[in-house]
Amino acid sequence: MSDTTKTAKVLAADGTPLKRSLNRALRLQKMRALMLIAPLLLFVLLTFIAPIADMLFRSVENEIVSTTLPGATQRLDTWDASLGEAPDEAVFEALYYDMFLAAEAKEHTKLGTRLNYEETGISSLFRSSGRKLDDIGEDRIDVLEDLSDVWKDAAFWFALMSGPEGAAKDNTLLRTQRQRLTNLTDDDFGGDIGFEPSAEISALLPRTAAEYTAFALFTAIEDRKAVAKQKPWEAVKVALTEDLRRADTISALAGYSGPGAAELKAAQTAAADMTPLNFRDSFVDIDKDWADVDNWQTIQTYSPRYTNGYFLNAVDMQKSPDGPEFRDEKERIYGLLFKRTLFMSLVITASCIVLAYPVAWILANLPMRTANLLMILVLLPFWTSLLVRTSAWKVMLQQQGVINDVLVWLGLVDDGARLIMINNQFGTIVAMTHILLPFMILPMYSVMQTIQPSYLRAAKSLGATNWTAFWRVYFPQSVPGIGAGSILVFILSIGYYITPEIVGGTTGTFISNRIAYHISSSLNWGLAAALGTILLAVVLLLYWAYDKIVGIDNVKLG
Amino acid sequence: MKLTKALMTTTALTVAAGMVSAEAHMTDELTIVSWGGAYSKSQQLAYNEPYMEKTGVTIINDESSAEAVAKLRAMNEAGNVTWDVVDVVASDAIRLCDEGLAMEIDFDEMLADGDDGSKATDDFGDLLVTDCFVPQIVYSTTFGYRTDMVPEGVDAPDEVCDVFDLETYPGKRSLEKRPINNMEWALLCDGVAKDEVYDVLATEEGQEQALAKLGTIKDDVIWWSAGADTPQLLADGEIFMGSTYNGRLFSVIEEQKQPVAMMWDAQVFDLDGWIIPADLSDERKARALDYLMFATDTQRLADQAKYISYGPARKSSAPLVGKHADLGIEMAQHMPTDPNNAKNTFLYNYEFWADYRDDIDAKFQSWLAK
Repeated sequence: MSDTTKTAKVLAADGTPLKRSLNRALRLQKMRALMLIAPLLLFVLLTFIAPIADMLFRSVENEIVSTTLPGATQRLDTWDASLGEAPDEAVFEALYYDMFLAAEAKEHTKLGTRLNYEETGISSLFRSSGRKLDDIGEDRIDVLEDLSDVWKDAAFWFALMSGPEGAAKDNTLLRTQRQRLTNLTDDDFGGDIGFEPSAEISALLPRTAAEYTAFALFTAIEDRKAVAKQKPWEAVKVALTEDLRRADTISALAGYSGPGAAELKAAQTAAADMTPLNFRDSFVDIDKDWADVDNWQTIQTYSPRYTNGYFLNAVDMQKSPDGPEFRDEKERIYGLLFKRTLFMSLVITASCIVLAYPVAWILANLPMRTANLLMILVLLPFWTSLLVRTSAWKVMLQQQGVINDVLVWLGLVDDGARLIMINNQFGTIVAMTHILLPFMILPMYSVMQTIQPSYLRAAKSLGATNWTAFWRVYFPQSVPGIGAGSILVFILSIGYYITPEIVGGTTGTFISNRIAYHISSSLNWGLAAALGTILLAVVLLLYWAYDKIVGIDNVKLG
Repeated sequence: MKLTKALMTTTALTVAAGMVSAEAHMTDELTIVSWGGAYSKSQQLAYNEPYMEKTGVTIINDESSAEAVAKLRAMNEAGNVTWDVVDVVASDAIRLCDEGLAMEIDFDEMLADGDDGSKATDDFGDLLVTDCFVPQIVYSTTFGYRTDMVPEGVDAPDEVCDVFDLETYPGKRSLEKRPINNMEWALLCDGVAKDEVYDVLATEEGQEQALAKLGTIKDDVIWWSAGADTPQLLADGEIFMGSTYNGRLFSVIEEQKQPVAMMWDAQVFDLDGWIIPADLSDERKARALDYLMFATDTQRLADQAKYISYGPARKSSAPLVGKHADLGIEMAQHMPTDPNNAKNTFLYNYEFWADYRDDIDAKFQSWLAK
């Protein structure tokens, strides 16, 4: 066999090997088919797959910590929480500049909200600290401004930072600050801002130049104002007094002759007499919680750009210094809800099968005219609003409701011991079975319609009892309908939200109710995304198991 | 002489032109988001219709306030905010402000002075709980009970702790399916002094104490999540007493004439008001601010009380509150802020719940599910 293929290649009419020629023809055909479905494919990708992927991605995304506090998180890397002490001065110094810019951009409260999901109290810590950041270094700014009015003058600052005309510019600094602001706000900070820091001043006063550049970018692009006409932020002035106390700066200052040289030298003399600024104590003065090791540990734990924290949360676990651990018994909820959601969805699917099978059978075996009439009865509730149907069940099932009233009237139930049928699992199962029933009846009906009645007659004529005929002949043929209906009902019910919310009480709620809470109320979208991802994975897993056990070819919608 | 005249005309013209252009810089459409139902109707009658008449602006109503926080965030991320003015409760406003989704408002600058000449910051006073939020009404969450279910020979319940007293007042209760308010009431009725409630609730033991107290009635509670639930449960006789917003109880009692009475004791005050989404275009922002200036002045806030029993947020509006437009009853006595009703009140602590909401809610839901 191998001999023949090697020696005699089959050629097409134009001399190319037939295999290649055939492949090309097929490829063209495939391309054409792809082009035909391309609009739909693109539509599905853009409007369905992409948003879902984006949402699921949030379950691991955690950039907000490192983009809001880039300096502090970087220096926090080497901090060891187990020593039981808040981080050192360098971290607090970086925190000051990070927080100041974040507060100007109103991003610090976002981070506060994010971290508050992990450690209660951080939200207000960030909110209140943002308001009081101006207090830090206040005395120093006063000294500086008492020294000379030029330090209050926007134009002077602008000239000082730009350097003399034609001076070399520090474009690297400008670029890094652009990046810092882009990371922080997600906005575009490109474009000319009418300011470039001079290379000389950025070498002489590195911190000041960095903070001033950030200020200039923010003023020009976010506030849309002229940099030369705006007074710099407090953080810039604090940075200046800090820079002027550095040995490098002091020695380099002697040789500086650019704009504001005299004022800088005077300021340096004054700065030398200032008491050292302790950022750590200043922050603790603003709020004593800054000395709290737990808060810092939370910031450190959530510094990386990606986190498994949301997923751990979604399975009732949490991050701890010794790796993931289970939450306190009193705070566990998601595991219970996942199990309950799966269990109740199975019960609902099962009760739908039991109720739908006879209905579908009658529909399939009645004359067309009557069947159509009955079909309308099946479809009618289908066209009624979901909320109306659920609320109707409330009227039916509640203790002073229709069913209880009838039972009491019949004397089956004592007036004092009316049945509790709503605001629990029972209520949810009843209401959802009713609502999802058409999804079971319709595929069953269309499959049963195709089963030839002659098969049953043949079985009976061969001596089968009614039961055997049904069980051995009819039922196996209707299984694809059950399969299709079950998959529909199960997948729909696993993500059901509004019905359990209304009639579920406390024991009949689903995981989707918690997801909805985190999406719309607590705004913890990361956790909602993690819960959603797990739910999706469970559904896919069950689908796979179904395929293995029953076979997906065995599903028919008609 | 001629020169002065010419100068004056030009000045007048410039001013006029300036005013015209200021007008032209506002959009003539405004999308207002609110809660729907009777509440939106009261706003429509008190604010929107007069405003449309005055300015000729078209107001589009959207009833999405219940999902406003999530929707605003989604719109903001998509870069397409379609709302101009949004009605939210104060705690949501704080969240929106923290998230940078609501605009900061300069109250004295952007809002009208009170009728009595007071500045907006004084007129609203402590109710300005965050920089982004203009309060409109004070509402309260309080208990209503069915008068025909009070056992014979027993006084009608008049204290919040009667809710926890199953022996004297047997029957079902309804409470909101969230920790806020319930935890506070539980602690109050477990012997914690009113001014210590939040300190106690900040501790693990305090949270457990509150849940334990709620546990004593857990089996007899129906937990609600929509404001309409308790009124329906009361009207159907499903429950003896239940918590809900005072305006809902007003409508059950006065409009539907059900045998229901208000408890008022330990009612928890909360605020509802406006925010303007952040980053609107200048034209839309100008229009939204113009509407806000109009809709939150003294007279307009007092007018709203004609249609719904919520108290106006401005102090200067209180004397102007009159009769209900349809029922013709004096509304002052139905306001949660009326001295007779406000003998024992409780203030919702926004700061506390902003911090503890996620934590306590997790514990509360876990407790509920078991």
